[in-house]
Amino acid sequence: MSTASQATPRLAPGRSGVKKELPDRFKDYRHVWVFLELERGNVHPVSFELLGEGRKLADKLEVQLAGVVLGPPGEMVEDAVAEAFAYGADLVYIVDAPPLADYRNEPFAKALTDLVNTHKPEILLLGATTLGRDLAGSVATTLQTGLTADCTELDVDSDGSLAATRPTFGGSLLCTIYTLNYRPQMATVRPRVMPMPQRVDKPVGRVMRHKLSLVEDDIVTKVLGFLPDNQSAMANLAYADVVVAGGLGLGAAENLQLVKKLARAIGAEHGCSRPLVQKGWMPADRQIGQTGKTIRPKLYIAAGISGAIQHRVGVEGADLIVAINTDPNAPIFEFAHLGIVTDAIRFLPALTEAFTRRLSPHSRDKLAS
Amino acid sequence: MHIVICIKQVPDSAQIRVHPVTNTIMRQGVPTIINPYDLFALEEALKLRDVHGGEVTVLTMGPPMAEDSLRKALGYGADRAVLLTDRYFAGSDTLATSFALSQAIAKIGETFGRPDIVFTGKQTIDGDTAQVGPGIAKRLDLSQLTYVAKIASIDLKTREIEVARRAEGGTQLLKSRLPCLITMLEDTNEIRRGSLQQALCAARSQVVKWTAADAGIDDLTRCGLRGSPTVVKRVFAPTARAESAAQIDTAEKCLQDIADELIANILTRRPALEHELAFNSGT
Ligand SMILES: Cc1cc2nc3c(=O)[nH]c(=O)nc-3n(C[C@H](O)[C@H](O)[C@H](O)COP(=O)(O)OP(=O)(O)OC[C@H]3O[C@@H](n4cnc5c(N)ncnc54)[C@H](O)[C@@H]3O)c2cc1C
Repeated sequence: MSTASQATPRLAPGRSGVKKELPDRFKDYRHVWVFLELERGNVHPVSFELLGEGRKLADKLEVQLAGVVLGPPGEMVEDAVAEAFAYGADLVYIVDAPPLADYRNEPFAKALTDLVNTHKPEILLLGATTLGRDLAGSVATTLQTGLTADCTELDVDSDGSLAATRPTFGGSLLCTIYTLNYRPQMATVRPRVMPMPQRVDKPVGRVMRHKLSLVEDDIVTKVLGFLPDNQSAMANLAYADVVVAGGLGLGAAENLQLVKKLARAIGAEHGCSRPLVQKGWMPADRQIGQTGKTIRPKLYIAAGISGAIQHRVGVEGADLIVAINTDPNAPIFEFAHLGIVTDAIRFLPALTEAFTRRLSPHSRDKLAS
Repeated sequence: MHIVICIKQVPDSAQIRVHPVTNTIMRQGVPTIINPYDLFALEEALKLRDVHGGEVTVLTMGPPMAEDSLRKALGYGADRAVLLTDRYFAGSDTLATSFALSQAIAKIGETFGRPDIVFTGKQTIDGDTAQVGPGIAKRLDLSQLTYVAKIASIDLKTREIEVARRAEGGTQLLKSRLPCLITMLEDTNEIRRGSLQQALCAARSQVVKWTAADAGIDDLTRCGLRGSPTVVKRVFAPTARAESAAQIDTAEKCLQDIADELIANILTRRPALEHELAFNSGT
């Protein structure tokens, strides 16, 4: 963006003078908590990303990092606990009870709220997934505390408060938000915004087990079933190492074949900018950006994408961004690492062929070995 | 059936520009729209009214000019509009907003009949938090159904509702009870074009305007800046990258050569990629 010059911090008018005086009842709130999201038997990777981030915050504050695992009694929960330790938790709070088998707001919100009220964490982090957002909103309301959504950066201030930075106005600006005078300080972070920490096998730490203060009969909402996504929708775009995406510059739905072919040739996932979803050229779960997925691949190839801020915020974490665009002034060239000013419709087949030529013997070797 | 739907007037963020020197949002001339996600919810509310009868009340909290959005919603076919407006609401974060809205919904219930369903959009395009819906549900003790892709059935006699809800990795089928709060997923509905008659009616109908006191809010410390535990301390523009993309020269080269050069460049910068590429493809 040409408008985004150097970041010059600015105090937001009218909000800077609020004085921080933590009421006595919050003074013993301590430690950093990460909610571990269980998804069909596995821990959602965003929980590990949060443990990595939580570790840094806890170290700065010189407090402990705790994981919170809610689920049905059994292996799934025990595995999640082991994973929490492997990704840096010092202790894990468990609530395991049959009503926690499938996600529903009531029992999960109750379990988490009760844990917070009993053990008083100063910071509570959740993934900004459908589950995490559903849960965080009601827990924060019950606790009457602040919740900052979709943070892109978390830090601890000199006075120990959580500084949560998030995009605002569709990503055109960033703002840093504090939860003054209330505890815990809650924040959600989208998958792939924070890097995945190293997994270390370490001896199991402390476990604190709690009961769920609700029984199935108390719960109004019942789960009737679950339809897993079909194969194509299961594409895990957010976690792909290589992503090829197409934008409106491709001109027609048929030309998306060119993106898919290149993706297939190099073992990548494919994605798109928002207008293609709006036109019905691609399903919504392929959309990359502010209102789509955040990706963090090692290589991102964007063809016919202008690089609007809402797209940019979803791809900035990529290691290497390659842009193909006919317009030398397209904003994408301001954040891409490699750029080619050319017609993507003609260039994509050539690139697919060049990759195939160069890589196929190599990948054959890989498969043979 | 009485349905209340919360909408928000938002700046059309596609058209927002940031002032290059002061890093402030340049709002002048930026048109306002109804938050697009709210329109999916509004259409769902209107469809339910078509089937089950009853009334649709639209509610917004905002400055006096937010009345425009309510008139638009009336033009689409909503029966009644309530504008909650008061200077005490200025600076509300999501906790304070959901407090004010839930109080207003309770008042709407007393005045016009208890709602069976409260709708909100999935999130707004300016705040993007998806927190206000759950906040309202919690305060009004409504069962909370977020990211709903489809309302499968409603039984007004048994007061039961079945919905398909977007979850991680699939779709959850839930059965719950009325009254409930639903946040609608995007792309579920295309908003109808209101009839000319509706547009004319909308222009003439009264928008109910409530202050905090009118809505029965007596604890003003829970509203606006004072009622907001979160405080925005700093607003700044994202850091620009130091240099822009290295351009691969395309002059007088055939596409194949350009492609080879690009691949060479990619692998020079990230040698490890040679081992990643085409590894998962299985071809
Ligand atoms: C609230 C909100 C949320 C949004 N969320 C997202 C989001 O999550 N993700 C997202 O992507 N967008 C999002 N957007 C939309 C975003 O603002 C842009 O409109 C969108 O990213 C533009 O898509 P595009 O680059 O594909 O299309 P365009 O802006 O139309 O750009 C097309 C580009 O292709 C180039 N081109 C044309 N022909 C060719 C050719 N033959 N070969 C190569 N290049 C060519 C053009 O030079 C141009 O740069 C959002 C907008 C709003 C308001």
